[in-house]
Amino acid sequence: MTVQQESQWGQSSVTAPTGLLMRMSRSLNLRPRARLALLLSAPMLWLVVLYLGSLATLFAASVWSVDSFTGLISHTFTTANFTDLFTNSIYRIVALRTLGVAVLVTVLDACIAIPIAFFAAKVMRSATGRAAFIIAVSMPLWANYLVKGYAWRIMLDNQGVVDWLGAPLGLHSPGLGLSATVMALMYLWLPYMILPVYAGFERLPNSLMDAASDLGAKPWRTFRTVVLPLVMPAVIAGSIFTFSLTLGDYIMVKIVGRATQLYANVVYDNIGVAGNLPFAAAAAVFPVIVVVGYLLAVRRTGALDSL
Amino acid sequence: MLISQSVRRLLVAITCAVFAFIYLPLLVVLVNSFNSSRVFAWPPTSFTTQWWQRAIANDGVRSALATSLKAASVATLLALILGTLTAFAVSRYQFFGKSVVSLIVVLPIALPGIVTGMALNAAFSTTLKPLGISFGLFTVILGHTTFCVVVIFNNVLARLQRVGTSLQEASADLGAPPWVTARLVTFPLIRSALVAGAVLSFGLSFDEIVVTTFTSGPGLETLPQWVFNNLFRPNQGPIVNAVAAALLVISVGPIWLATRLSADPASAGGRI
Repeated sequence: MTVQQESQWGQSSVTAPTGLLMRMSRSLNLRPRARLALLLSAPMLWLVVLYLGSLATLFAASVWSVDSFTGLISHTFTTANFTDLFTNSIYRIVALRTLGVAVLVTVLDACIAIPIAFFAAKVMRSATGRAAFIIAVSMPLWANYLVKGYAWRIMLDNQGVVDWLGAPLGLHSPGLGLSATVMALMYLWLPYMILPVYAGFERLPNSLMDAASDLGAKPWRTFRTVVLPLVMPAVIAGSIFTFSLTLGDYIMVKIVGRATQLYANVVYDNIGVAGNLPFAAAAAVFPVIVVVGYLLAVRRTGALDSL
Repeated sequence: MLISQSVRRLLVAITCAVFAFIYLPLLVVLVNSFNSSRVFAWPPTSFTTQWWQRAIANDGVRSALATSLKAASVATLLALILGTLTAFAVSRYQFFGKSVVSLIVVLPIALPGIVTGMALNAAFSTTLKPLGISFGLFTVILGHTTFCVVVIFNNVLARLQRVGTSLQEASADLGAPPWVTARLVTFPLIRSALVAGAVLSFGLSFDEIVVTTFTSGPGLETLPQWVFNNLFRPNQGPIVNAVAAALLVISVGPIWLATRLSADPASAGGRI
C-alpha cells in the first residue's frame, strides 16, 4: 500500500524527502504543540521583540529627560515631560484642535459613506456594478498619500482649481489652512470608511427590511430604526481608521495646512527639530491612549469583528 | 427595500458627486503634469511631455525609485513568511493568547505611523547603533516588514478560514504525507491569496513615508521621501508633477491585480 502510494506521488514530480526530513515531519505530525511553536516562533520573535520591544523603549523614554548641557538623554526618572504637556496651554489647544479635526473628519466621512454604500449594496442590482463600485472606491487608496495631498494643494491654493471652477458661481476656495486640512484628511480617509460600511450593508439581510416594510414601516423609518442601528458597528469600524489616522498625521497638515499645527506635529517637531526624544515620547502617549481607549470602548459594539 | 424613484435618483446623484470628488483631484494631478508652465498655473495653457522626460532622466528620482523597489520587495518577502506562518497558527490551532496574537499583528498599522516610527527609531538607536549597524536600507526594511505582516496575515487567514481543512484531511486520508499535501493541496489553495497579499504589501511599503522617515538614514531616499523633500522647492515643481502623475498611473496596476486575485474584494481590495 505505502509503496504503491510513494510511487504515485513520485510521478506527480514531488521529490521524496530524505529520511531525516521524514522523521521530523512524522514527529511533528504527532505533536501539535511543537507545530504551533514552530509556526509562531519567527513571527512572534519579530513582532514581540522588535515591535513591542520598540514600543516599550519609546514609552520608557517618556520618563527620561534630555540634559540641556550635553544634549544627551539622562536615564533618570522624571515626570517633567508629562507635567509640561498638561500645564502648557499650547499643547492643550493643539490636542483639542486635533480631537476636533478627528471628530469632524470622521463625521463627514460617515455622512458621505452611508448613502453611497447603501446605494451600492442595497439599491444597485447588478453584481458587476457592485464590484466596480468597490474597485472605484479602493483605487484612490493605492494612489500615493503625498500625491493626494499635493492634489489638494493644487485644488485649494490661491488661483487653484477650486477657484477656477467656482469663479463663474462667485465661489472662492477657503485657501490653505485648517479647513483645507480637514478637507484633505476627509478625502484621504474616505475609502477606509466606505469599505467597512459597504461590507456592513452587504451583510444586512434584505429580509429584515422587507419585514419592516411588511409591518408597515415607511422606507425612511425602516432605514432609521432597522438599517442604521445594524450598520452602526461597521460605521464605528470605519471610524477607528479615520480617527486614528487623523491623530497620527503630521504630513498632510504641512502640505495643505500652512502654519496649522496638529498634535502629531508636536511629536514630530520635538524629535526632529528639537531632538528631544523623551518629550516626543511623552507627547506620543496621548494619541496611543486615545486610540487604545477608543478600541476598547468600541470592542463591545462588535465593531472589531467587522474589520 | 422599496424606495421611491426620487430617493433613488437622489442616491444616484450623491454617488456620482462623491466619485467626482474622489477622482477630480487625481485627474487634476495627471493633467497638470502635462502643463507646460514652469510655475503652477491653472488652467494649463499648453501641452508638453518634457517634464515626464526630465523626471525619467532625473538621477534623484531614479535612485529613489531603486531604493523604494528594494525596500518594498524585501519587506514583502519577509512579511509573506511571517504573515503566512501566523495565519496558519491562528486558523488551525486553539491556543492561549490567540486573540493577543491577532492584536499584535494589527497593532503596527492600528497605531499612528508616527508612534511606530518613533518607537523603531528609539529602539534602533539604542540597540543597533552599538552593534555598528547604522540607519539605512536595512532599518527601513525592518520597519516596513513590521507593518506589512498584517496585510499578508489578513489575506491568508481569510482564505484559510474560507477553504477549511476538509481538502487537507481528504488528502491525508488518501495517504499523502504532510509535505505532499502542503505542496499539492494547501499551497495551490492559498496561492492567489499570497499573491494578492504580496501585491497589497508591496504597495503599502512603496507608498509609506512616516515610518520610513524615522528609520532611514542620511543619504537614503525612497520615492515618497524624494517627493516630499522636493514638494516645496519651486524649481522642482514640474518634475514633482510628473513623478506624482507617474505614481498615480502605476498604482492602478496593483489594485486591479489584487481585486482579480482575491475572491472577497471588499476585504482585500482595500488596505484594510
